[in-house]
Amino acid sequence: MSGRNLFTRPARLAAIAPYGWMVLFFLVPFGFVLKLSLSQVANAQPPYLPVFDLSAGWRALVAAASVLSLDNFRLLLSDDLYLAAGLRSLTVAATATALLLLLGYPVAYAMSRLPRRFQPLAMMLVIVPFWTSFLIRVYAWINILQHDGLLNQVLLALHVVSAPVVWLSTDTAMYIGMVYSYLPFMILPLYATLSKLDPSLCEAAADLGSSPLQSFWRVTLPLSLPGIGAGALLCFIPLVGEFVIPDLLAGSDAPMIGQTLWLEFFTNRDWPVAAATAVMLLAILLLPLVIYDRFQRRQMVRP
Amino acid sequence: MEAVSDITSQAGTALPLLRIDGVGKRFGGFTAVDGVSLDIRPGEFFALLGPSGCGKTTLLRMLAGFETPDSGRILLNGEDVAGTPPHLRPVNMMFQNYALFPHLSVRDNIAFGLRRAGMRRAEINARVAELVALVRLEGLEKRRPEQLSGGQRQRVALARAVARRPRLLLLDEPLAALDKKLRDSTQRELKALQRTLGLTFIVVTHDQDEAMTLADRIGVMNAGQLVQVATPRQLYETPRSRWVAEFVGDINIIEGRITTREAGRLRLTTGGAGELAATLPPEFGDAAEVCVAVRPEKIRLSLRPPVDDPAGGAINRLEGTVRDVGYLGSASSYTVALDGGASLRVSLANAARLYADAYAVGQRVTAWFSPDDCIVLDR
Repeated sequence: MSGRNLFTRPARLAAIAPYGWMVLFFLVPFGFVLKLSLSQVANAQPPYLPVFDLSAGWRALVAAASVLSLDNFRLLLSDDLYLAAGLRSLTVAATATALLLLLGYPVAYAMSRLPRRFQPLAMMLVIVPFWTSFLIRVYAWINILQHDGLLNQVLLALHVVSAPVVWLSTDTAMYIGMVYSYLPFMILPLYATLSKLDPSLCEAAADLGSSPLQSFWRVTLPLSLPGIGAGALLCFIPLVGEFVIPDLLAGSDAPMIGQTLWLEFFTNRDWPVAAATAVMLLAILLLPLVIYDRFQRRQMVRP
Repeated sequence: MEAVSDITSQAGTALPLLRIDGVGKRFGGFTAVDGVSLDIRPGEFFALLGPSGCGKTTLLRMLAGFETPDSGRILLNGEDVAGTPPHLRPVNMMFQNYALFPHLSVRDNIAFGLRRAGMRRAEINARVAELVALVRLEGLEKRRPEQLSGGQRQRVALARAVARRPRLLLLDEPLAALDKKLRDSTQRELKALQRTLGLTFIVVTHDQDEAMTLADRIGVMNAGQLVQVATPRQLYETPRSRWVAEFVGDINIIEGRITTREAGRLRLTTGGAGELAATLPPEFGDAAEVCVAVRPEKIRLSLRPPVDDPAGGAINRLEGTVRDVGYLGSASSYTVALDGGASLRVSLANAARLYADAYAVGQRVTAWFSPDDCIVLDR
């Protein structure tokens, strides 16, 4: 009996740990952000009102709480600037995710078809870029894409173009940076799904008269949907809020929501509107997560 | 070991549906299949039997098109299909793990091959309904494979494999994943289905009982070669080699040398069992050093030595002591240590209910068997 208890208690603690982590590092900070998003901007230190002072007593707290309002959210919904930024973020993230899928799927598929002993090496090659700082790698792309950068030199040398092409500060540069930076997040879940796929299923499809293309379309692709979902979410969600890549590589005419947030926070010192933007962003991203979760559950029901 | 060619032995019979002609396959330095030649007749139920790694599955995969032979031809109705990809062969396979599509329902699994064949929707529906009834899966059409029992999955796999009415159906260990009770009933169903549909089946198995029960003919493989092709009875009663004799069923092997050879009768001296008489098999060579193989159920035991059999032939009588008794229900298995030093396994049917364990450990007995029950083989 005592041995059983010894085993159970740490196990129970281990089961609670993730929830503790969630509360401490997500829910509590999110509570602060949520409160901030309901506050008013003020020329003060800190730059918002009300400030909850727990030592001032219950009545003061209630008075402070009555100042909270949804004004910032009304502003976000009424101003085209924010709507445009939100819409652009979603379209950019969706486009980049589609590109990532188009590029990542063949790579993951090829990896899963390699002889078993080469697969760890291939996985290593996918992960290796993580050993260098993300920021430095994006700066390296500035170097490659600039007027007299490597890309233009190569294109000129090969006589593909007669004059240097403007790459920097365009959407093309931004998409290059996004696809480059997020590719491992697309490849790894896809590879995990594809490498677990029973090869006899494709043989069965071929045996029943499917050409290789039909086998892929009817068997491999549907069975790799969980990997596609995981990879797409893993890329899409951070891409919507991406700040560094559009800021360094894209033009400044149409900012993404992350850039707008940065602008409100650092340039305008409007912390409440910045916080409201963050809350809106989270609300938008909850939707694909809920859909994915539903999908996963449906998969789990049939073991 | 000498490989057999089945082709010559069948000269003059009906045209084979499938002719495997000198087919070989190597994987790196390993020879998986080594010059196998075999004819399969239309409507036949053929079993490829052998230990794991003998090349039977590789041979089957070459017939399905998943492996390409390094040498030889595979003639289906006279046409060489050795290089034809699997989706263009009029051959279907039932996979060992069934390989059912987990994302498709029972219905869609069965209809998969029909859709690829471009059949009309109404025709597909009719065919699927027919197949579902044939393998008794009515009411389960909408289920997914993981919602089915092992036996139901096996029947879906079978229905899917026969849906396209293939000339030749290949079955890779079709019953290996089922428990014993289910396996027995499924064996009968499989055989009935083969007759009903008039298809030609080639089944790969490592289970000799399965091969014996199912097949019209069995091809025994060892180390990439076909070592004997025979009916189940021939295989059991007249194995061609010591390896086959030992692989198929239980057998006592006694090594000896021939002393006299006259009028279809051999006399031998053996190290462990003294003098033995054996019937000379037809087409037996000149070897003097041979071994005598006797199946355990062909040997009788008695407390007193039996008299010679009335037909005039001398029977083999060997004195010994019972060393071990194993009660198996329908039969008992005895180990008799012969005075000559050899050990014999004897199987006796427990024909009477209250009469089991007639011979006890330590008891002196005479083990006896007819010369006709001796299989004489090269060492």
